[in-house]
Amino acid sequence: MPSLKDLKTRIDSVKSTRKITQAMQMVAAAKLRRAEEAASAARPYAERFEAVLAGLAAGIGEGGPKLLKGTGSDQTWLLVVMTSERGLCGGFNSSIVRLAKAQAKKLVDDGKTAKILTVGKKGREQLRREYGDHFVGHVDLTEVKRVGYANAQDIASDVLGRFDAGEFDVAMIYFNKFESVISQVPQELQIIPARIEASEDATVFDYEPGDDEILAELLPRGVATQIFAALLENGASEQGARMSAMDNATRNAGEMIDKLTIQFNRTRQAVITNELIEIISGAEAL
Amino acid sequence: MPGTMQFDLVSPERSLASGQASSVLIPGADGDMVAMPDHAPVVTGLRPGIVAAEIDGGMLEFVVTGGFAQITTEGATVLADEALPKAEITSGFLDERIAAAKEGQEASTGATADETAKRVADLETLKGML
Repeated sequence: MPSLKDLKTRIDSVKSTRKITQAMQMVAAAKLRRAEEAASAARPYAERFEAVLAGLAAGIGEGGPKLLKGTGSDQTWLLVVMTSERGLCGGFNSSIVRLAKAQAKKLVDDGKTAKILTVGKKGREQLRREYGDHFVGHVDLTEVKRVGYANAQDIASDVLGRFDAGEFDVAMIYFNKFESVISQVPQELQIIPARIEASEDATVFDYEPGDDEILAELLPRGVATQIFAALLENGASEQGARMSAMDNATRNAGEMIDKLTIQFNRTRQAVITNELIEIISGAEAL
Repeated sequence: MPGTMQFDLVSPERSLASGQASSVLIPGADGDMVAMPDHAPVVTGLRPGIVAAEIDGGMLEFVVTGGFAQITTEGATVLADEALPKAEITSGFLDERIAAAKEGQEASTGATADETAKRVADLETLKGML
């Protein structure tokens, strides 16, 4: 049976925890709004980009650059796993890691090589134990306050550099798609070779300089655009996940405080009763 | 009265302009071009320069550092790598880009040397135009 003083200390400690989780929830809510705005501001570019690429790809029949057609093999895969830099966001990181692990396991079982590039340290920590020897690189975004296109370009040029060096055949990205505050869906998306749905639109475009040059310019940009979109979705998802995790934590803390308070009151009552019994039995003995 | 066409200028981070334009000046990779309604469909790369759209008789000018543009009979869409309204450009912004381009030029050899040199020259011309 804990003493009254112990109970008091515990109640105070849970109360201060509740204050912290409440504050974190509010901070996440504010950040979520900003992240959502950034994600929706980036959407027009991505949509138009896809439309242009689709038109272009329809005109390229056979052949074409490796970024579009692949290397002709699917022996070595690069898994780009994007997670958060900070914890306390519920199952956000675990769900991405779980999906990436499933793919990595499948590749290893099939006798293929899986290489892992991690973005964000939380996923790296979770993957290290099982797949630490598959790591080929890590992108640290700890210092980045607001994810910009430049960050996506850096990751893309890293990925493209490895592709040009022949380090892998297929690249996938893993991230969480933001559906709502309570639902973030882990996604896997193939970025190399590019998956383009050829458009039905039969407009014939002139290309300046030539269509090969344009395609060679566009495909790397497409990789960066997809990575950027994934980073933004991930950013919004992270804040959403943190918001609901902190909401839960606040509620749990509240319940715990109620329980502890009841226990505290009961203990106090027991102490009083005890003292009374002692006094009364003492008086009777005289 | 000539007609108008849909004009959109977007960068990866945001959409900068959207509206009905009667003409759009585009700094194409192979030279400037002006898109007007019913222009033949073209996709072109961009060099660093100024995109100028004539909307309701007024000119909207934006500085772009690269990207590409799609012109169809119905409209022109400029997908810039980086774009800012001309009024918001500071000399520091361009100096940074020029420094980065020069670094790229020093690092490049052979076939890409010409391209990187052109980028430096384009950026410096652009700076002179402002």
